[in-house]
Amino acid sequence: MQPGVDGIRNNRGMTEQVATQPTASPTSPTTPDSAADILTVAREQVLERGERLTYDQILAVLRTSDEQLEELLAIAHEVRMRYQGPDVEVEGIISLKTGGCPEDCHFCAQSGQFTSPVRSVWLNIPELVRAAKLTRDTGASEFCIVAAVRGPDAKLMEQMRAAVAAIKGSVDINVAASLGMLDADQCQDLADMGIHRYNHNLEAGRSYFPNVVTTHTWEERWETCQLVKTTGMELCCGGLVGMGESLEQRAELADQLGELEPHEVPLNFLNPRPGTPFGDLPVMPANDALRCIAAFRLALPRTILRYAGGRELTLGDLGTRDGLLGGINAVIVGNYLTTLGRDPKEDLALLDELKMPIKALSDTF
Amino acid sequence: MTSISVDAVFCPRCGQPLGPAGIASGEHAVCRRALDLEPPRYCASCRRRMIVQITPSDWTARCIEHGETTESTWGPA
Ligand code: SF4
Ligand SMILES: [Zn+2]
Ligand SMILES: [Zn+2]
Repeated sequence: MQPGVDGIRNNRGMTEQVATQPTASPTSPTTPDSAADILTVAREQVLERGERLTYDQILAVLRTSDEQLEELLAIAHEVRMRYQGPDVEVEGIISLKTGGCPEDCHFCAQSGQFTSPVRSVWLNIPELVRAAKLTRDTGASEFCIVAAVRGPDAKLMEQMRAAVAAIKGSVDINVAASLGMLDADQCQDLADMGIHRYNHNLEAGRSYFPNVVTTHTWEERWETCQLVKTTGMELCCGGLVGMGESLEQRAELADQLGELEPHEVPLNFLNPRPGTPFGDLPVMPANDALRCIAAFRLALPRTILRYAGGRELTLGDLGTRDGLLGGINAVIVGNYLTTLGRDPKEDLALLDELKMPIKALSDTF
Repeated sequence: MTSISVDAVFCPRCGQPLGPAGIASGEHAVCRRALDLEPPRYCASCRRRMIVQITPSDWTARCIEHGETTESTWGPA
């Protein structure tokens, strides 16, 4: 079934996931704004004054009903248009080193700790350059190189140096990277290579993180994010929803990202991968995903909010459109790291129809 | 989108045998649907796990015994 605006009207009652124990509220301890007036609050506070929602207010947004969803998405869209404009940032992503990761992120098919069918492999530099060219031909301004590692070793840093030089020598596109946890020297090295944005996700709200990853801590991720910000690279930091977290923990992630103030937030919806500990979790209901998009936009009014993995499965075509009219202003075109995406022509035709121009490379600095 | 050959013996997604009616039998319906958004992981001839590389525009899957398949996931311009 492909939900969407019709889905919003028809799927009454198909809302929240089973919640685990609520966590202590990370920010203001006030009573949550009631669902009835949270939309008024969002208009006044976020749209008019440009101030992000607090934890309690984000939670109230996540608790709104399906009947309120259309209005909620409309407010989030207005916020996006006012503080970010109509442009949509388009990006392609590629895996330089796939699989065999020593970490145990429970959603990830690239962990070497699970019996996932994904085998370990490296991509060569001519293929990376070819992929960057094809990505650029779609109008994309971003090309992100990803490696499945805890953090980069000397070999990976050398590969990156060669890859970035080769891409920059022949393709006019911003190069971003996602190589796990960094130390200060590696961070500076990447900035010096010309990496303009670094991705490192929080993945989950702090209180839920130990249910998702046991081989490193949320705090280690936070530290790398802070480090990135000191080097002049833009920080790209997001996470996943639909991993069995409570609404409180979902609100916590949005609130913590708001505190971090990344340049970009990629929002992933869990795509349960065979062989991983989260492989049997249900796909998140579309209306919950749309509420998340709006809540994240209202928590991050001035941040690029990108559709990352899982939207095809969770939202389908109509839902994808609703999200672009509900706070999203960036997309990944084509395939992901271990799964496939839509043909970019479909996404580009949708942007055209919605009168949302692709953000030009010259506007990204 | 991953197409499944009519003479496939093993399911390219889960690696289990396909049975006499092949992929058309209705078994592996979940796998068949999932392959809209996934590359193959198992060789359909010998069920070896393949080395799969994905780029934004295509995927390549290699079986050490049965060679390489590449499929573009971007339709014609
Ligand atoms: S999410 Fe990243 S760090 Fe975690 S297992 Fe996957 S590749 Fe490794
Ligand atoms: Zn199967
Ligand atoms: Zn084979």
